[in-house]
Amino acid sequence: MHRQLYKYIVVLVACLFAPVFAVYGSEPTSEAHTGEAEKPLDVKEILFDHLGDGYGWEVPFNHHKRIPLPIIVKGSDGKIHVFSSGRVTGGKEYVDGGLTFRLGKNDGNYRNKLVEVDESGNEIRVADFSVTKNVCAIFITMLIIMALCFRLKNWYKHNGYKVPRRGLGAFEALIEFVYNGVIRSTLKEKSDKFAPYLLTVFMFIFVLNIMGLIVVFPGGANVTGNVAVTLVLAIFTFFFTNFFGTKHYWKEIFWPDVPLWLKFPIPIMQVIEFFGMFTKPAALTVRLFANMMGGHMIVLVLTLLIFIFASFGPLVIGATSVVSIAFSVFMLLVDVLVSFIQAYVFTMLSTIFIALAQEGGHGEKHEKKEDGMGGAKEAAPVSTL
Amino acid sequence: MELFSPDSGLVIWMFVSFGILFIILAKFAWPAIMKGMTERANFIDKGVEYAQEAKTQLDGAREEAKGIIEEARRQQADILRDADKMKTHIVEEARVAAQNEASKVMDQAKESIMQAQKEAEKNLRNEVSEFALEIAQKVVRNQLSDENSQKQLVETLMSDMEK
Repeated sequence: MHRQLYKYIVVLVACLFAPVFAVYGSEPTSEAHTGEAEKPLDVKEILFDHLGDGYGWEVPFNHHKRIPLPIIVKGSDGKIHVFSSGRVTGGKEYVDGGLTFRLGKNDGNYRNKLVEVDESGNEIRVADFSVTKNVCAIFITMLIIMALCFRLKNWYKHNGYKVPRRGLGAFEALIEFVYNGVIRSTLKEKSDKFAPYLLTVFMFIFVLNIMGLIVVFPGGANVTGNVAVTLVLAIFTFFFTNFFGTKHYWKEIFWPDVPLWLKFPIPIMQVIEFFGMFTKPAALTVRLFANMMGGHMIVLVLTLLIFIFASFGPLVIGATSVVSIAFSVFMLLVDVLVSFIQAYVFTMLSTIFIALAQEGGHGEKHEKKEDGMGGAKEAAPVSTL
Repeated sequence: MELFSPDSGLVIWMFVSFGILFIILAKFAWPAIMKGMTERANFIDKGVEYAQEAKTQLDGAREEAKGIIEEARRQQADILRDADKMKTHIVEEARVAAQNEASKVMDQAKESIMQAQKEAEKNLRNEVSEFALEIAQKVVRNQLSDENSQKQLVETLMSDMEK
Protein backbone atom coordinates (compact mmCIF):
# COMPACT_ATOMS: atom_id res chain seq x y z
CA MET A 1 0.00 0.00 0.00
CA HIS A 2 2.70 2.49 1.06
CA ARG A 3 5.01 1.40 -1.71
CA GLN A 4 2.27 2.08 -4.23
CA LEU A 5 1.70 5.51 -2.74
CA TYR A 6 5.40 6.30 -3.10
CA LYS A 7 5.25 5.21 -6.70
CA TYR A 8 2.41 7.65 -7.37
CA ILE A 9 4.25 10.46 -5.67
CA VAL A 10 7.39 9.76 -7.73
CA VAL A 11 5.35 9.79 -10.94
CA LEU A 12 3.70 13.05 -9.95
CA VAL A 13 7.01 14.72 -9.12
CA ALA A 14 8.47 13.44 -12.40
CA CYS A 15 5.53 14.99 -14.22
CA LEU A 16 6.18 18.31 -12.53
CA PHE A 17 9.83 18.28 -13.51
CA ALA A 18 9.34 16.91 -17.00
CA PRO A 19 8.90 20.39 -18.53
CA VAL A 20 12.33 21.41 -17.17
CA PHE A 21 13.90 18.78 -19.42
CA ALA A 22 11.52 19.69 -22.19
CA VAL A 23 12.88 23.24 -22.11
CA TYR A 24 16.37 22.01 -23.04
CA GLY A 25 15.09 19.53 -25.56
CA SER A 26 12.81 21.84 -27.46
CA GLU A 27 14.67 25.12 -27.49
CA PRO A 28 14.69 25.68 -31.27
CA THR A 29 11.10 24.67 -31.91
CA SER A 30 9.74 26.82 -29.13
CA GLU A 31 11.53 29.78 -30.61
CA ALA A 32 9.98 29.02 -33.95
CA HIS A 33 6.58 28.93 -32.28
CA THR A 34 6.90 32.31 -30.66
CA GLY A 35 7.77 33.73 -34.05
CA GLU A 36 4.26 33.10 -35.31
CA ALA A 37 1.69 35.74 -34.62
CA GLU A 38 -0.99 33.76 -32.84
CA LYS A 39 -4.55 34.87 -32.41
CA PRO A 40 -5.13 35.75 -28.77
CA LEU A 41 -7.09 33.18 -26.86
CA ASP A 42 -10.73 34.17 -26.51
CA VAL A 43 -11.65 32.35 -23.33
CA LYS A 44 -15.19 33.63 -23.26
CA GLU A 45 -15.94 32.48 -26.77
CA ILE A 46 -14.57 28.99 -26.16
CA LEU A 47 -16.47 28.72 -22.91
CA PHE A 48 -19.78 29.80 -24.34
CA ASP A 49 -19.38 27.67 -27.45
CA HIS A 50 -18.95 24.62 -25.28
CA LEU A 51 -21.65 25.49 -22.79
CA GLY A 52 -24.20 26.56 -25.36
CA ASP A 53 -26.17 24.76 -27.96
CA GLY A 54 -24.86 24.09 -31.46
CA TYR A 55 -25.97 23.00 -34.90
CA GLY A 56 -23.43 20.20 -35.16
CA TRP A 57 -21.89 17.79 -32.73
CA GLU A 58 -18.18 18.14 -32.10
CA VAL A 59 -15.89 15.20 -32.75
CA PRO A 60 -12.72 14.66 -30.75
CA PHE A 61 -9.34 15.96 -32.07
CA ASN A 62 -10.88 18.03 -34.84
CA HIS A 63 -12.01 21.61 -34.63
CA HIS A 64 -13.63 21.91 -38.03
CA LYS A 65 -15.51 18.69 -38.65
CA ARG A 66 -18.78 18.26 -36.85
CA ILE A 67 -21.43 15.59 -36.97
CA PRO A 68 -24.11 17.30 -39.10
CA LEU A 69 -27.59 17.61 -37.65
CA PRO A 70 -30.78 18.64 -39.44
CA ILE A 71 -31.65 22.31 -39.46
CA ILE A 72 -35.35 23.09 -39.61
CA VAL A 73 -36.32 26.74 -39.98
CA LYS A 74 -39.30 28.74 -41.03
CA GLY A 75 -38.01 31.34 -43.43
CA SER A 76 -39.40 34.80 -44.12
CA ASP A 77 -41.36 33.31 -47.03
CA GLY A 78 -43.42 31.30 -44.53
CA LYS A 79 -42.09 27.96 -45.74
CA ILE A 80 -40.26 25.36 -43.72
CA HIS A 81 -36.67 24.82 -44.87
CA VAL A 82 -34.84 21.64 -43.93
CA PHE A 83 -31.16 21.11 -44.65
CA SER A 84 -28.05 19.68 -43.06
CA SER A 85 -26.04 21.78 -40.67
CA GLY A 86 -22.93 20.78 -42.61
CA ARG A 87 -23.97 23.28 -45.28
CA VAL A 88 -23.63 26.33 -43.03
CA THR A 89 -20.72 25.48 -40.73
CA GLY A 90 -17.47 27.31 -41.16
CA GLY A 91 -19.12 30.58 -42.22
CA LYS A 92 -20.61 29.15 -45.43
CA GLU A 93 -23.86 30.47 -46.81
CA TYR A 94 -26.61 28.19 -48.05
CA VAL A 95 -29.32 29.15 -50.49
CA ASP A 96 -32.54 27.22 -50.16
CA GLY A 97 -35.64 28.20 -52.11
CA GLY A 98 -34.37 31.67 -52.83
CA LEU A 99 -33.47 32.43 -49.24
CA THR A 100 -29.89 32.70 -48.01
CA PHE A 101 -29.05 31.17 -44.64
CA ARG A 102 -25.88 31.32 -42.62
CA LEU A 103 -24.72 31.25 -39.02
CA GLY A 104 -24.68 34.66 -37.38
CA LYS A 105 -21.36 36.49 -37.51
CA ASN A 106 -19.37 37.02 -34.35
CA ASP A 107 -20.03 40.73 -34.21
CA GLY A 108 -23.78 40.49 -34.88
CA ASN A 109 -26.66 40.08 -32.49
CA TYR A 110 -27.17 36.43 -33.36
CA ARG A 111 -23.72 34.98 -32.97
CA ASN A 112 -23.64 31.38 -34.19
CA LYS A 113 -27.41 31.25 -34.52
CA LEU A 114 -28.98 30.44 -37.83
CA VAL A 115 -30.01 33.64 -39.59
CA GLU A 116 -31.51 34.60 -42.89
CA VAL A 117 -29.62 37.21 -44.86
CA ASP A 118 -31.68 39.75 -46.78
CA GLU A 119 -30.60 41.71 -49.85
CA SER A 120 -28.93 44.46 -47.89
CA GLY A 121 -26.89 41.93 -45.90
CA ASN A 122 -28.82 42.28 -42.64
CA GLU A 123 -29.14 39.25 -40.42
CA ILE A 124 -32.71 38.26 -39.58
CA ARG A 125 -33.34 35.66 -36.92
CA VAL A 126 -35.75 33.03 -38.22
CA ALA A 127 -38.12 30.74 -36.35
CA ASP A 128 -35.70 27.95 -35.58
CA PHE A 129 -36.88 24.40 -34.87
CA SER A 130 -33.57 22.75 -35.67
CA VAL A 131 -32.56 19.46 -34.18
CA THR A 132 -29.59 20.95 -32.44
CA LYS A 133 -26.97 19.21 -30.35
CA ASN A 134 -29.12 19.56 -27.24
CA VAL A 135 -32.26 18.30 -28.98
CA CYS A 136 -30.30 15.36 -30.32
CA ALA A 137 -28.95 14.68 -26.82
CA ILE A 138 -32.52 14.74 -25.51
CA PHE A 139 -33.54 12.17 -28.14
CA ILE A 140 -30.62 9.93 -27.24
CA THR A 141 -31.51 10.23 -23.56
CA MET A 142 -35.13 9.37 -24.32
CA LEU A 143 -34.01 6.23 -26.12
CA ILE A 144 -31.67 5.23 -23.28
CA ILE A 145 -34.35 5.72 -20.63
CA MET A 146 -36.99 3.89 -22.65
CA ALA A 147 -34.60 1.00 -23.35
CA LEU A 148 -33.77 0.71 -19.65
CA CYS A 149 -37.38 0.98 -18.51
CA PHE A 150 -38.72 -1.55 -20.98
CA ARG A 151 -35.90 -3.96 -20.22
CA LEU A 152 -36.78 -3.72 -16.55
CA LYS A 153 -40.44 -4.21 -17.33
CA ASN A 154 -39.63 -7.31 -19.38
CA TRP A 155 -37.46 -8.58 -16.60
CA TYR A 156 -40.44 -8.52 -14.24
CA LYS A 157 -42.55 -10.22 -16.85
CA HIS A 158 -40.12 -13.08 -17.45
CA ASN A 159 -38.33 -13.51 -14.16
CA GLY A 160 -41.10 -13.03 -11.66
CA TYR A 161 -39.79 -12.06 -8.27
CA LYS A 162 -36.12 -12.51 -9.07
CA VAL A 163 -33.90 -9.50 -8.47
CA PRO A 164 -32.12 -8.12 -11.55
CA ARG A 165 -28.33 -7.99 -11.34
CA ARG A 166 -25.60 -5.72 -12.61
CA GLY A 167 -26.68 -2.75 -14.75
CA LEU A 168 -30.37 -3.41 -14.60
CA GLY A 169 -30.05 -4.00 -10.86
CA ALA A 170 -28.39 -0.62 -10.46
CA PHE A 171 -31.14 1.00 -12.50
CA GLU A 172 -33.77 -0.65 -10.38
CA ALA A 173 -31.99 0.39 -7.20
CA LEU A 174 -32.04 3.97 -8.45
CA ILE A 175 -35.75 3.80 -9.17
CA GLU A 176 -36.45 2.18 -5.86
CA PHE A 177 -34.39 4.82 -4.06
CA VAL A 178 -36.45 7.61 -5.59
CA TYR A 179 -39.77 5.81 -5.44
CA ASN A 180 -39.58 4.65 -1.84
CA GLY A 181 -37.21 7.24 -0.45
CA VAL A 182 -38.73 10.37 -1.93
CA ILE A 183 -42.11 9.80 -3.52
CA ARG A 184 -43.70 7.24 -1.22
CA SER A 185 -42.44 8.84 1.96
CA THR A 186 -43.78 12.27 0.98
CA LEU A 187 -46.94 11.63 -1.05
CA LYS A 188 -48.07 8.52 0.85
CA GLU A 189 -51.20 7.00 -0.69
CA LYS A 190 -51.31 9.55 -3.52
CA SER A 191 -47.90 8.53 -4.75
CA ASP A 192 -49.11 6.27 -7.55
CA LYS A 193 -50.79 9.20 -9.23
CA PHE A 194 -47.65 11.34 -9.42
CA ALA A 195 -44.87 8.76 -9.34
CA PRO A 196 -44.74 8.29 -13.15
CA TYR A 197 -44.06 11.97 -13.67
CA LEU A 198 -41.56 12.27 -10.85
CA LEU A 199 -39.68 9.14 -11.86
CA THR A 200 -39.55 10.32 -15.47
CA VAL A 201 -38.17 13.66 -14.34
CA PHE A 202 -35.57 12.02 -12.16
CA MET A 203 -34.37 9.59 -14.80
CA PHE A 204 -34.41 12.28 -17.48
CA ILE A 205 -32.31 14.72 -15.49
CA PHE A 206 -29.99 12.05 -14.15
CA VAL A 207 -29.25 10.46 -17.53
CA LEU A 208 -28.81 13.85 -19.19
CA ASN A 209 -26.46 15.00 -16.42
CA ILE A 210 -24.33 11.88 -16.68
CA MET A 211 -24.34 12.01 -20.49
CA GLY A 212 -23.19 15.60 -20.25
CA LEU A 213 -20.07 14.49 -18.43
CA ILE A 214 -19.05 12.06 -21.17
CA VAL A 215 -16.85 14.13 -23.40
CA VAL A 216 -17.30 12.40 -26.76
CA PHE A 217 -20.19 11.95 -29.13
CA PRO A 218 -23.25 10.53 -27.46
CA GLY A 219 -22.48 12.77 -24.51
CA GLY A 220 -20.93 16.10 -23.88
CA ALA A 221 -24.00 18.23 -24.47
CA ASN A 222 -24.71 20.69 -21.69
CA VAL A 223 -28.46 20.07 -21.78
CA THR A 224 -29.50 20.34 -18.14
CA GLY A 225 -27.26 23.40 -17.94
CA ASN A 226 -29.47 25.06 -20.51
CA VAL A 227 -32.17 27.27 -19.12
CA ALA A 228 -34.70 26.24 -21.78
CA VAL A 229 -34.61 22.62 -20.68
CA THR A 230 -34.88 23.30 -16.98
CA LEU A 231 -37.62 25.81 -17.66
CA VAL A 232 -39.72 23.20 -19.43
CA LEU A 233 -39.17 20.73 -16.62
CA ALA A 234 -40.20 23.33 -14.08
CA ILE A 235 -43.29 24.14 -16.15
CA PHE A 236 -44.25 20.48 -16.02
CA THR A 237 -43.89 20.51 -12.25
CA PHE A 238 -45.89 23.73 -12.08
CA PHE A 239 -48.61 22.09 -14.12
CA PHE A 240 -48.72 18.98 -11.94
CA THR A 241 -48.71 21.09 -8.80
CA ASN A 242 -51.55 23.40 -9.75
CA PHE A 243 -53.69 21.28 -12.01
CA PHE A 244 -54.12 18.59 -9.36
CA GLY A 245 -54.17 21.07 -6.47
CA THR A 246 -56.92 20.49 -3.93
CA LYS A 247 -59.58 22.94 -2.89
CA HIS A 248 -57.65 23.53 0.30
CA TYR A 249 -54.55 24.47 -1.69
CA TRP A 250 -56.43 27.13 -3.63
CA LYS A 251 -58.10 28.41 -0.50
CA GLU A 252 -54.67 28.79 1.11
CA ILE A 253 -53.65 30.98 -1.80
CA PHE A 254 -56.73 33.18 -2.13
CA TRP A 255 -58.11 33.19 1.42
CA PRO A 256 -55.40 31.97 3.79
CA ASP A 257 -55.85 31.50 7.53
CA VAL A 258 -54.40 34.82 8.63
CA PRO A 259 -55.80 37.85 10.45
CA LEU A 260 -58.33 39.64 8.29
CA TRP A 261 -56.37 42.89 7.90
CA LEU A 262 -53.63 40.93 6.12
CA LYS A 263 -55.96 39.86 3.36
CA PHE A 264 -59.02 42.04 3.14
CA PRO A 265 -58.72 45.65 2.10
CA ILE A 266 -55.24 45.18 0.65
CA PRO A 267 -54.65 41.55 -0.46
CA ILE A 268 -51.08 41.27 0.90
CA MET A 269 -51.16 37.55 1.57
CA GLN A 270 -52.85 36.78 -1.73
CA VAL A 271 -50.13 38.58 -3.63
CA ILE A 272 -47.42 36.78 -1.68
CA GLU A 273 -49.03 33.40 -2.13
CA PHE A 274 -49.71 34.04 -5.78
CA PHE A 275 -46.10 34.93 -6.43
CA GLY A 276 -45.12 31.89 -4.41
CA MET A 277 -46.82 29.75 -7.04
CA PHE A 278 -44.32 31.02 -9.60
CA THR A 279 -41.21 31.36 -7.48
CA LYS A 280 -41.23 27.65 -6.80
CA PRO A 281 -40.78 26.57 -10.43
CA ALA A 282 -38.45 29.51 -10.98
CA ALA A 283 -36.26 28.24 -8.15
CA LEU A 284 -36.31 24.78 -9.73
CA THR A 285 -35.31 26.19 -13.09
CA VAL A 286 -32.42 28.25 -11.85
CA ARG A 287 -31.11 25.71 -9.36
CA LEU A 288 -30.68 22.90 -11.85
CA PHE A 289 -29.50 25.14 -14.66
CA ALA A 290 -26.94 27.01 -12.58
CA ASN A 291 -25.57 23.92 -10.86
CA MET A 292 -25.04 21.96 -14.03
CA MET A 293 -23.69 24.89 -16.00
CA GLY A 294 -21.37 25.75 -13.13
CA GLY A 295 -19.98 22.22 -13.04
CA HIS A 296 -19.29 22.25 -16.78
CA MET A 297 -17.81 25.71 -16.59
CA ILE A 298 -15.36 24.85 -13.84
CA VAL A 299 -14.02 21.86 -15.77
CA LEU A 300 -13.75 23.94 -18.93
CA VAL A 301 -11.98 26.79 -17.16
CA LEU A 302 -9.55 24.42 -15.51
CA THR A 303 -8.72 22.93 -18.90
CA LEU A 304 -8.45 26.38 -20.46
CA LEU A 305 -5.96 27.42 -17.78
CA ILE A 306 -3.38 25.35 -19.65
CA PHE A 307 -3.88 27.47 -22.76
CA ILE A 308 -4.12 30.72 -20.85
CA PHE A 309 -0.73 30.08 -19.28
CA ALA A 310 0.73 28.82 -22.55
CA SER A 311 2.41 32.17 -23.24
CA PHE A 312 4.58 31.81 -20.14
CA GLY A 313 6.63 29.04 -21.70
CA PRO A 314 6.90 25.27 -21.59
CA LEU A 315 7.75 25.04 -17.90
CA VAL A 316 4.56 26.78 -16.86
CA ILE A 317 2.51 24.81 -19.39
CA GLY A 318 3.77 21.54 -17.95
CA ALA A 319 3.11 22.50 -14.37
CA THR A 320 -0.33 23.92 -15.17
CA SER A 321 -1.22 20.86 -17.21
CA VAL A 322 -0.57 18.53 -14.34
CA VAL A 323 -2.40 20.69 -11.83
CA SER A 324 -5.28 21.48 -14.20
CA ILE A 325 -5.81 17.90 -15.24
CA ALA A 326 -5.68 16.72 -11.64
CA PHE A 327 -8.25 19.34 -10.69
CA SER A 328 -10.46 18.66 -13.71
CA VAL A 329 -10.54 14.97 -12.92
CA PHE A 330 -11.45 15.81 -9.36
CA MET A 331 -14.14 18.22 -10.51
CA LEU A 332 -15.55 15.69 -12.95
CA LEU A 333 -15.79 13.17 -10.13
CA VAL A 334 -17.56 15.78 -8.02
CA ASP A 335 -19.83 16.44 -11.00
CA VAL A 336 -20.82 12.79 -11.09
CA LEU A 337 -22.00 13.25 -7.53
CA VAL A 338 -23.65 16.57 -8.39
CA SER A 339 -25.40 14.96 -11.36
CA PHE A 340 -27.11 12.56 -9.02
CA ILE A 341 -27.76 15.11 -6.30
CA GLN A 342 -29.30 17.65 -8.67
CA ALA A 343 -31.60 15.06 -10.22
CA TYR A 344 -32.51 13.97 -6.70
CA VAL A 345 -33.08 17.51 -5.47
CA PHE A 346 -35.23 18.44 -8.47
CA THR A 347 -37.35 15.35 -7.95
CA MET A 348 -37.57 15.88 -4.22
CA LEU A 349 -38.58 19.53 -4.49
CA SER A 350 -41.14 18.69 -7.18
CA THR A 351 -42.51 16.00 -4.88
CA ILE A 352 -42.73 18.44 -2.01
CA PHE A 353 -44.45 21.10 -4.11
CA ILE A 354 -46.95 18.58 -5.37
CA ALA A 355 -47.47 17.23 -1.87
CA LEU A 356 -48.10 20.72 -0.52
CA ALA A 357 -50.80 21.18 -3.14
CA GLN A 358 -52.34 17.85 -2.14
CA GLU A 359 -53.08 18.82 1.44
CA GLY A 360 -56.57 18.07 2.59
CA GLY A 361 -58.32 19.68 5.54
CA HIS A 362 -56.86 21.17 8.69
CA GLY A 363 -56.19 17.85 10.34
CA GLU A 364 -53.22 16.81 8.28
CA LYS A 365 -52.14 20.29 7.27
CA HIS A 366 -49.65 20.97 9.99
CA GLU A 367 -47.77 17.73 9.94
CA LYS A 368 -47.46 17.84 6.16
CA LYS A 369 -46.27 21.39 6.15
CA GLU A 370 -43.56 20.45 8.61
CA ASP A 371 -42.66 17.57 6.37
CA GLY A 372 -42.24 19.88 3.44
CA MET A 373 -40.21 22.41 5.36
CA GLY A 374 -37.92 19.71 6.68
CA GLY A 375 -37.33 18.47 3.18
CA ALA A 376 -36.62 21.95 1.90
CA LYS A 377 -34.15 22.58 4.68
CA GLU A 378 -32.42 19.34 3.92
CA ALA A 379 -32.17 20.32 0.30
CA ALA A 380 -30.76 23.74 0.97
CA PRO A 381 -27.13 22.80 1.70
CA VAL A 382 -27.17 20.30 -1.14
CA SER A 383 -28.33 22.83 -3.68
CA THR A 384 -25.45 25.15 -2.91
CA LEU A 385 -23.20 22.64 -4.63
CA MET B 1 -26.55 36.73 -22.49
CA GLU B 2 -27.35 33.83 -24.68
CA LEU B 3 -27.06 31.34 -21.83
CA PHE B 4 -29.81 32.93 -19.80
CA SER B 5 -32.42 33.39 -22.49
CA PRO B 6 -34.30 30.22 -23.38
CA ASP B 7 -34.19 29.29 -27.04
CA SER B 8 -37.73 28.87 -28.36
CA GLY B 9 -36.81 25.97 -30.66
CA LEU B 10 -35.20 24.06 -27.84
CA VAL B 11 -38.15 24.81 -25.55
CA ILE B 12 -40.57 23.36 -28.09
CA TRP B 13 -38.48 20.28 -28.79
CA MET B 14 -37.93 19.76 -25.09
CA PHE B 15 -41.63 20.11 -24.38
CA VAL B 16 -42.57 17.66 -27.10
CA SER B 17 -39.85 15.12 -26.32
CA PHE B 18 -40.38 15.18 -22.60
CA GLY B 19 -44.13 14.98 -23.07
CA ILE B 20 -43.79 11.95 -25.33
CA LEU B 21 -41.31 10.31 -22.99
CA PHE B 22 -43.58 10.94 -20.03
CA ILE B 23 -46.69 9.63 -21.78
CA ILE B 24 -44.99 6.48 -23.06
CA LEU B 25 -43.33 5.70 -19.74
CA ALA B 26 -46.38 6.59 -17.67
CA LYS B 27 -48.58 4.39 -19.83
CA PHE B 28 -46.38 1.39 -20.45
CA ALA B 29 -43.40 1.29 -18.14
CA TRP B 30 -43.75 2.92 -14.74
CA PRO B 31 -46.96 1.22 -13.57
CA ALA B 32 -45.52 -2.19 -14.46
CA ILE B 33 -42.18 -1.40 -12.82
CA MET B 34 -43.79 -0.03 -9.67
CA LYS B 35 -46.14 -2.99 -9.54
CA GLY B 36 -43.24 -5.39 -9.99
CA MET B 37 -41.22 -3.70 -7.30
CA THR B 38 -44.09 -3.44 -4.83
CA GLU B 39 -45.18 -7.00 -5.42
CA ARG B 40 -41.69 -8.29 -4.93
CA ALA B 41 -41.30 -6.23 -1.77
CA ASN B 42 -44.59 -7.68 -0.49
CA PHE B 43 -43.45 -11.15 -1.45
CA ILE B 44 -40.19 -10.70 0.41
CA ASP B 45 -42.03 -9.28 3.41
CA LYS B 46 -44.34 -12.26 3.40
CA GLY B 47 -41.37 -14.60 3.12
CA VAL B 48 -39.70 -12.93 6.07
CA GLU B 49 -42.91 -13.12 8.08
CA TYR B 50 -43.26 -16.77 7.18
CA ALA B 51 -39.68 -17.49 8.15
CA GLN B 52 -40.18 -15.70 11.46
CA GLU B 53 -43.30 -17.67 12.14
CA ALA B 54 -41.54 -20.89 11.24
CA LYS B 55 -38.72 -19.95 13.55
CA THR B 56 -41.05 -19.26 16.43
CA GLN B 57 -42.80 -22.52 15.73
CA LEU B 58 -39.51 -24.34 15.57
CA ASP B 59 -38.43 -22.71 18.81
CA GLY B 60 -41.73 -23.79 20.37
CA ALA B 61 -41.28 -27.33 19.09
CA ARG B 62 -37.74 -27.39 20.44
CA GLU B 63 -39.00 -26.19 23.79
CA GLU B 64 -41.70 -28.82 23.72
CA ALA B 65 -39.25 -31.53 22.82
CA LYS B 66 -37.01 -30.41 25.62
CA GLY B 67 -39.99 -30.60 27.99
CA ILE B 68 -40.83 -34.07 26.78
CA ILE B 69 -37.28 -35.26 27.22
CA GLU B 70 -37.17 -33.74 30.68
CA GLU B 71 -40.42 -35.47 31.55
CA ALA B 72 -39.17 -38.78 30.19
CA ARG B 73 -35.98 -38.45 32.17
CA ARG B 74 -37.95 -37.76 35.31
CA GLN B 75 -40.18 -40.73 34.67
CA GLN B 76 -37.15 -42.86 34.04
CA ALA B 77 -35.65 -41.75 37.31
CA ASP B 78 -38.94 -42.47 39.07
CA ILE B 79 -39.14 -45.89 37.53
CA LEU B 80 -35.58 -46.66 38.44
CA ARG B 81 -36.18 -45.53 41.99
CA ASP B 82 -39.33 -47.63 42.20
CA ALA B 83 -37.52 -50.62 40.82
CA ASP B 84 -34.76 -50.20 43.34
CA LYS B 85 -37.24 -49.94 46.12
CA MET B 86 -39.05 -53.01 44.91
CA LYS B 87 -35.81 -54.89 44.61
CA THR B 88 -34.79 -54.20 48.17
CA HIS B 89 -38.28 -54.97 49.26
CA ILE B 90 -38.25 -58.33 47.47
CA VAL B 91 -34.84 -59.20 48.75
CA GLU B 92 -35.93 -58.34 52.26
CA GLU B 93 -39.03 -60.40 51.91
CA ALA B 94 -37.09 -63.29 50.52
CA ARG B 95 -34.64 -63.09 53.34
CA VAL B 96 -37.37 -63.03 55.91
CA ALA B 97 -39.05 -65.96 54.21
CA ALA B 98 -35.80 -67.87 54.04
CA GLN B 99 -35.11 -67.14 57.67
CA ASN B 100 -38.50 -68.34 58.63
CA GLU B 101 -38.09 -71.45 56.60
CA ALA B 102 -34.65 -72.03 57.98
CA SER B 103 -35.77 -71.58 61.56
CA LYS B 104 -38.68 -73.91 60.89
CA VAL B 105 -36.39 -76.50 59.46
CA MET B 106 -34.01 -76.07 62.35
CA ASP B 107 -36.83 -76.43 64.85
CA GLN B 108 -37.97 -79.56 63.18
CA ALA B 109 -34.42 -80.85 63.14
CA LYS B 110 -34.03 -79.99 66.80
CA GLU B 111 -37.24 -81.73 67.60
CA SER B 112 -36.33 -84.80 65.69
CA ILE B 113 -32.89 -84.78 67.23
CA MET B 114 -34.45 -84.52 70.66
CA GLN B 115 -36.84 -87.29 69.84
CA ALA B 116 -34.02 -89.39 68.54
CA GLN B 117 -32.12 -88.58 71.67
CA LYS B 118 -35.05 -89.52 73.80
CA GLU B 119 -35.51 -92.68 71.88
CA ALA B 120 -31.84 -93.42 72.11
CA GLU B 121 -31.96 -92.70 75.83
CA LYS B 122 -34.96 -94.97 76.15
CA ASN B 123 -33.29 -97.67 74.18
CA LEU B 124 -30.14 -97.24 76.15
CA ARG B 125 -32.12 -97.44 79.34
CA ASN B 126 -33.91 -100.47 78.15
CA GLU B 127 -30.70 -102.09 77.13
CA VAL B 128 -28.96 -100.95 80.25
CA SER B 129 -31.83 -102.29 82.31
CA GLU B 130 -31.80 -105.49 80.35
CA PHE B 131 -28.08 -105.73 80.86
CA ALA B 132 -28.52 -104.90 84.44
CA LEU B 133 -31.22 -107.45 84.79
CA GLU B 134 -29.11 -110.03 83.06
CA ILE B 135 -26.17 -109.09 85.20
CA ALA B 136 -28.44 -109.09 88.20
CA GLN B 137 -29.85 -112.43 87.22
CA LYS B 138 -26.43 -113.77 86.87
CA VAL B 139 -25.30 -112.24 90.09
CA VAL B 140 -28.44 -113.31 91.84
CA ARG B 141 -28.15 -116.79 90.44
CA ASN B 142 -24.64 -117.00 91.70
CA GLN B 143 -25.46 -115.60 95.09
CA LEU B 144 -28.70 -117.44 95.59
CA SER B 145 -27.25 -120.81 95.07
CA ASP B 146 -27.46 -121.50 98.81
CA GLU B 147 -30.30 -121.10 101.11
CA ASN B 148 -28.72 -118.73 103.49
CA SER B 149 -27.91 -116.18 101.09
CA GLN B 150 -31.46 -116.36 99.73
CA LYS B 151 -32.89 -115.71 103.16
CA GLN B 152 -30.43 -112.97 103.78
CA LEU B 153 -31.40 -111.28 100.58
CA VAL B 154 -35.05 -111.53 101.27
CA GLU B 155 -34.40 -110.02 104.59
CA THR B 156 -32.35 -107.23 103.13
CA LEU B 157 -35.05 -106.54 100.59
CA MET B 158 -37.70 -106.71 103.26
CA SER B 159 -35.74 -104.32 105.37
CA ASP B 160 -35.33 -102.00 102.47
CA MET B 161 -39.01 -102.09 101.91
CA GLU B 162 -39.63 -101.44 105.55
CA LYS B 163 -37.55 -98.37 105.48
